[in-house]
Amino acid sequence: MKEQPNLSYIHQLSGGDKTFENKLLSVVKRELPEEVETYHHSIAEENFVEAAANVHKLKHKISILGLEESYRFAEVYEEELRENENIRQEGFEEILENMLSFIEQS
Amino acid sequence: MKCIIIDDEATARMIITQLVETNAHLELEEEFSNAMQAIKFLNQNSTDLIFLDIHMPDFTGFDFIQTLKNPPNVILTTSDKSFAIEAFEYECIVDYMVKPITQERFDKAVQKALNAKPKPATPTPTTSTETPSEVNKTENDLYVNIDRRLIKIDLTSIYLIEAKGDYIQIKTFNKNYTVHSTLKKIEDKLPDDLFLKVHRSFVINTKHIIDIEDNSVLIEKDVVPVSRSNRPELMKRLNLL
Repeated sequence: MKEQPNLSYIHQLSGGDKTFENKLLSVVKRELPEEVETYHHSIAEENFVEAAANVHKLKHKISILGLEESYRFAEVYEEELRENENIRQEGFEEILENMLSFIEQS
Repeated sequence: MKCIIIDDEATARMIITQLVETNAHLELEEEFSNAMQAIKFLNQNSTDLIFLDIHMPDFTGFDFIQTLKNPPNVILTTSDKSFAIEAFEYECIVDYMVKPITQERFDKAVQKALNAKPKPATPTPTTSTETPSEVNKTENDLYVNIDRRLIKIDLTSIYLIEAKGDYIQIKTFNKNYTVHSTLKKIEDKLPDDLFLKVHRSFVINTKHIIDIEDNSVLIEKDVVPVSRSNRPELMKRLNLL
């Protein structure tokens, strides 16, 4: 079963402060699609080293949304890209889709 | 403790801001999305603690630390565990937090900063600290051997020196000289307050810089590459507004 994003970390961080939670989510909603687009651009250019840096940045969003398995997957994928290989792209795209659809509904 | 946050990711800055606000020992002064803004801030202000991201475009956290003459305590924030060893080569780094950062982990890091010896939060140095004797030093001449003649060159007229195989080319405003020597040898003869090695093949006179863009310097009509490892030292020399 596919791992589901959650807001546990954000709730823990906010200590129940709903204003902070909403503000943080709105920043994630703004930043995540931008970071995904940057990653797609690097992949389209076959600039895998740059894509590795993009994945590195996306790892923080993955962890904020409580996706522990996906985080480990991203770690391996980042290393792979750094070695100029791109085998796990499909799996990583699924993680991104999962996050984007969750954020859209939050 | 006064603190600043440097991170290119807005989400990360917001999370650290929240963590700072819930810690009674901290007072947030500013947050910055890039290291250059922070350098400008520290030219005019001081701080006790910096929360610093390692991975930032163009200028990494480690590059940033190297631009500070007397860095205050630094807590690194990163999504990468692999820099831990490098991090502790810097005396100013008191802790290393892997994102996502929890309140408990954050408070522990702050406690380490409180326990650490306070460091003077000195702004980055500027070029306005020359002493009269240093100025006099720049008035020295350099004699170079060309075709068995010793030719005098006014050091201040040199704007660029480039390594070319077994030779170096010395560029002045009036004339260029090709001399059988190494960059290392001439570097030892040049005043440190004027000249800086910006690349393994280039030494520049920083007084004659016209502008700096990304990884290059325009000096007279020459575009000179600046290597990643030499960039922090160059940034230190600039009197940034």
